[in-house]
Amino acid sequence: MYGYILKRLLLVVPTLFGAALLVFTLLRLIPGDICELRMAGTGGYFDEDAIQTCREEMGTNQPMLGQFLSFIWGLMRFDFGISMWTGQPIVSEIALRFELSLQVAIMATIVAILVAVPLGTISAVKQNTWIDYVVRCISIAGIAMPSFWLGILIILGLLVTTQHLFGTPWMPPIAYKPIWEDPVHNLSMLIWPAVATGYRYSAVATRMTRSALLEVLREDYVRTARAKGLWENVIIWRHALKNAMLPVITVIGIEFAFLIGGLVVTEQVFNLNGLGKLFVESVVNNDYTMTQALVMLVVMVFILVNFLVDICYAWLDPRIRYS
Amino acid sequence: MRSIRLKAVCAVLAGIAVGVSAAGPAEAATPKQGGNLQFVVPAEPPSYDGHRETTFAMIHPIRPFYSLLIRVNPENPSSTTDFVCDLCEGKVEAPTDGGKVYTFKIRKNVKFHSGDNLTAHDVVATYQKIIFPPKGIVSARKAYYTMVESVTAPDDYTVVFKLKYPSGAFIPALAVPFNFIYQKSVLDKDMHWYEKNINGTGAFRFKEREAGAVIRGVRNTDFFVKGRPYLDSFDAIFAKKESLRVQAIRGNRAAIEFRGFPPKSRDDLVKALGNDVTVQTSDWNCVLITTVNHKRKPFDDVRARRALTLAVDRWGGSKYLSKIAIVKTVGGIAFPGHELAATKQELEQLAGYWPDIKKSRAEAKRLLKEAGVDLSKTYYFNNRAVDQPYKIVGTWLIDQWRQVGLKFEQHVEQTGPFYDQLRNKKEYDVSIDFNCQSVVNPIVDVSKYLSDDRSGSQYGQYKDREVDALFDKMNQSGDPKEQRVLMREMEKLTLDTHANAFITLWWNRIIPHRSYVKGWKISPSHYLNQSLDNVWLDK
Repeated sequence: MYGYILKRLLLVVPTLFGAALLVFTLLRLIPGDICELRMAGTGGYFDEDAIQTCREEMGTNQPMLGQFLSFIWGLMRFDFGISMWTGQPIVSEIALRFELSLQVAIMATIVAILVAVPLGTISAVKQNTWIDYVVRCISIAGIAMPSFWLGILIILGLLVTTQHLFGTPWMPPIAYKPIWEDPVHNLSMLIWPAVATGYRYSAVATRMTRSALLEVLREDYVRTARAKGLWENVIIWRHALKNAMLPVITVIGIEFAFLIGGLVVTEQVFNLNGLGKLFVESVVNNDYTMTQALVMLVVMVFILVNFLVDICYAWLDPRIRYS
Repeated sequence: MRSIRLKAVCAVLAGIAVGVSAAGPAEAATPKQGGNLQFVVPAEPPSYDGHRETTFAMIHPIRPFYSLLIRVNPENPSSTTDFVCDLCEGKVEAPTDGGKVYTFKIRKNVKFHSGDNLTAHDVVATYQKIIFPPKGIVSARKAYYTMVESVTAPDDYTVVFKLKYPSGAFIPALAVPFNFIYQKSVLDKDMHWYEKNINGTGAFRFKEREAGAVIRGVRNTDFFVKGRPYLDSFDAIFAKKESLRVQAIRGNRAAIEFRGFPPKSRDDLVKALGNDVTVQTSDWNCVLITTVNHKRKPFDDVRARRALTLAVDRWGGSKYLSKIAIVKTVGGIAFPGHELAATKQELEQLAGYWPDIKKSRAEAKRLLKEAGVDLSKTYYFNNRAVDQPYKIVGTWLIDQWRQVGLKFEQHVEQTGPFYDQLRNKKEYDVSIDFNCQSVVNPIVDVSKYLSDDRSGSQYGQYKDREVDALFDKMNQSGDPKEQRVLMREMEKLTLDTHANAFITLWWNRIIPHRSYVKGWKISPSHYLNQSLDNVWLDK
């Protein structure tokens, strides 16, 4: 096991280097220049000298190799530098957003698990009954419906319903406060995006739970358990479900990692100051340093989550050993 | 169904009427102290330094922390010529020495938020940085001040600007809202300090910034205008998505957005909130320009360029586009509300503004034929991936040109690639371009239409020395009547005779806000009147 962990850790280095090279190259292929954007993008008059001065300040007029080496050297020291757009340290800019994105991802995952595991199990146990059909409809609708669209519906629904019921429209807060500062404010802001994304997330997990459980329920050991006269609930919850969880955990892990930086549109719909929004703004603003740092962060999150999923496999199925 | 629609339309119109009329009497009420103003801002400022930035996203949250030497009159911001003292005392005095010397007396009771007193030396250091920036310092608008020879402080409370020649463009340039007054001792230590820090003399003190989320300010109890500001504090909340900003006002998470909404959003808010929303509207000192690439055939031929403008029905476009987009006013190169702008009669003499569109398009077709333009070819139209109003106006233009037989393919790009195409690659035949200014200062604003080796922001790749000469003459004339005559000549050459570039429609600024927001008056620019010292909440 320790050998496996060491091997996985060593693999992180070339993975990160490959990601760094890729993101550095791709960003430079996007047409546009951060200094032109800052000066010309607003349509006002500006001095052409200001663009040159800005390029010198940002270092975008330096040779590519020099810029890349400086990026890699910073990466090796965990120093991402400063954002080219805001001039603020990248670590502090990301830390602030990471907290929010992590909370939404955790909340959405909780919503998804709470919905997906029971529904998927019931759907499998009651296969081809009306309950199964209803659950399948709900989960297919969740996959088909983009979470940002559901988010828009939630906001509009809240505005219209509260105006109708109480006379004044209400919508979730649009400025974030940490949960330890103001839990009510925090939860009344984040519960809605968690529900909107958690629904889609749960739909995928529900279908995966159902199909994995159906497969397990046809296994010989389940038949043996039934022949032994074990209670059906014990067979399902203790023996079948645990073994059916391997693919479900993979899905949950991948989705969780995706939620950390991938809630691009949903974050804008709810005005969440998360990593997804920062990602888009950095790309649109040609903020190379910030985009590079964000890509590296997401790569690291994916590596970590995959690693934890692999460890979970061993815990769930003692037959799996990574030696 | 029809009656429901009719009722909805009536409700919207009634709401607008109520909203607009509500603004009048409320202004006469006695301002109330206290409260927190929450407003939404569509973007986040890149830095805090007004001298280097060009975006309203910096002005809206940061301007309340600073004062200017002079400013557009906050009680009369729709006027294009009404300037009042901010840090100077009394009125904005007329120049002396044949229009070449401007003297300002500085207030004596002004303190920076750091606690230090403001003197004339701070004002001089600020303008030295703006007009004569040292190497390595970005000053986006230093070209506004080419007429300035020197800025000096003969004593602690007097500032003197000496000009090389009299210029009507100087006072409006001085009132540009980006010209925050900084502290000399701070600039002496570090010219970049103000990019990441705030220390002004404005009505509010900086409280905190949450990156990407909000900037908060609190009342400056030492503000030099006694009794101001009325508000205790403000929160500038960043919200990129327009629909969210609209819903934020509807759900009372924000009271106002100072940039502007399209007509549909106004109607939705009025319909939902009725008397709780007030709508203010104004002509907007922003315009989309049609930039023609003079280096690409067939548009190197003036006849082909004239055909492009003759094909466009601006009068009809104004009527219909103003219902769905933030464009409305038909105008020439100068802002329509200004005394240097063309009247309707004057405009109707120019190609592309004729009242008879059939005649205009017939002439366009004749010119295209005469110039031998290949009508079977599809031409490249470069546009920016922004709905309001770029894509709407772009789509409208393509249809207008189609009506004289010209086919264009619209290439919609994100801002970075769009400007890369416009400024660097230049592989387009025609492109949308944008001119958006703060203080209405037509003499400076029309520099966009000078030769490309003079303008810096003219991307059509043409040189027109006749236009340059007229501009220089106008810039150095102190007589508004003469300026107006020269402006007409420059306009005629630019839009008609040489057909260098074209104006589409001037923008229309629509601000629907919560009716409890009082004291704020709309101006022709989203950069102006944002000090918030006169804003109060009637809750």
